[in-house]
Amino acid sequence: MWSWVGHRITGVVIFFFLLVHVLDTSLVRVSPEAYNAVIGTYKNPIMGLGEAGLVAAIVFHAFNGLRIIAIDFWKKGNKYQAQLLWAVLILWVVAMVPFLIRQLSIVFGGN
Amino acid sequence: MATPIIDAPRSGKIDVKYNRSKGGKGSFEMVAWLFMRLSGVVLVVLIFGHLFVNLMVGDGVHAIDFGFVAGKWASPFWQIWDLLMLWLAMLHGTNGVRTIINDYAERNGTRMALKTVLYVATVVIIVLGTLVIFTFDPCPAGAVTDLPSFCTAR
Ligand code: HEM
Repeated sequence: MWSWVGHRITGVVIFFFLLVHVLDTSLVRVSPEAYNAVIGTYKNPIMGLGEAGLVAAIVFHAFNGLRIIAIDFWKKGNKYQAQLLWAVLILWVVAMVPFLIRQLSIVFGGN
Repeated sequence: MATPIIDAPRSGKIDVKYNRSKGGKGSFEMVAWLFMRLSGVVLVVLIFGHLFVNLMVGDGVHAIDFGFVAGKWASPFWQIWDLLMLWLAMLHGTNGVRTIINDYAERNGTRMALKTVLYVATVVIIVLGTLVIFTFDPCPAGAVTDLPSFCTAR
C-alpha cells in the first residue's frame, strides 16, 4: 500500500523533472555559453542536495518497479511481495550509500 | 494515533454513474500495461548507466558542462542511448501520469483538459529532445569557450 503511494509520487516527481531536464539540456543547441550559464546555477549545495533527492526517488522507483514486474510475471511473486519490498529497500540503501558519498563529497568538498 | 486510510482509486467511492466509456479500449489498455513493464526493464539499464557515467565517473556532477555533453554526443553510441532513454522515459512517464489523471480527476472536463496539456507537453518535449540530439554540433562556429578538445582541429 505505502509502496504504491511511494511509487506514484516518485513517478510524478521524476516526470516533471524530466520535462525540465530536456529543456535545460536543449540549451546546448543555443550556445555553449547559454548551457554553461544555466548548468552553472545548479552547482551549489542546495541543487546538489536536490539532485541527491532525485536520484533517491529514481532508484526507489526503479527497484520497486522491478518488484511490481516480479509480482505480475513470477509465479511466486505474490507470495513473496513483502520480502521483495525488503529487497527493494536493502538494494536502495546499497545503491545510495556509494552514490551519496560521491555526490556529497563533490558538492561539499569544494573540489 | 489512527492509521490514515487512503482509498484505492475506483474502489467504489465513485458512483457507478460516473463510470467512463464502456469497453472498446480493452486492447489499448493491455498494450499500455505491457509497455509500462517492458519499458521499465529497459529504463533501469539506460537510466542507471546514465546516472553512473554522469555522476559517479570522473569528477561527477561538477564536471558537467558543454564540453562534457559535446564529448558524449560526438559518439553515435551515446546519441542512440539518450534517444532511446528520451522516448521510453517520456512515453512511460506520460502513460503513468495519464493513469493518475484518470484515477483522480473525476469530472469529464477536468480529465480532458489535464490530458490535453499532458499530451501537448509530451509531444513538445519528445520532438525538441530528438531534434537536439540529431542536429547537435559539438564544435559550433564562432563559439570560443569550453569546446571539447577535439574541436581544435578546425
Ligand atoms: C528506472 C526504471 C523504471 C522502472 C523499472 C519503472 C517501472 C514502473 C512500473 C512497473 C510501473 C507500474 C505501471 C502499472 O501499474 O501499470 C510504473 C509506473 C509509473 N512510472 Fe515508472 N519505471 C521506471 C522509470 C520511470 C521514469 C523515468 C518515469 C518518469 C518519467 C516514470 C514514471 C512513472 C509514473 C508516473 C507511473 C505511474 C504510477 C501510478 O500509476 O501509480 N517511471 N513504473
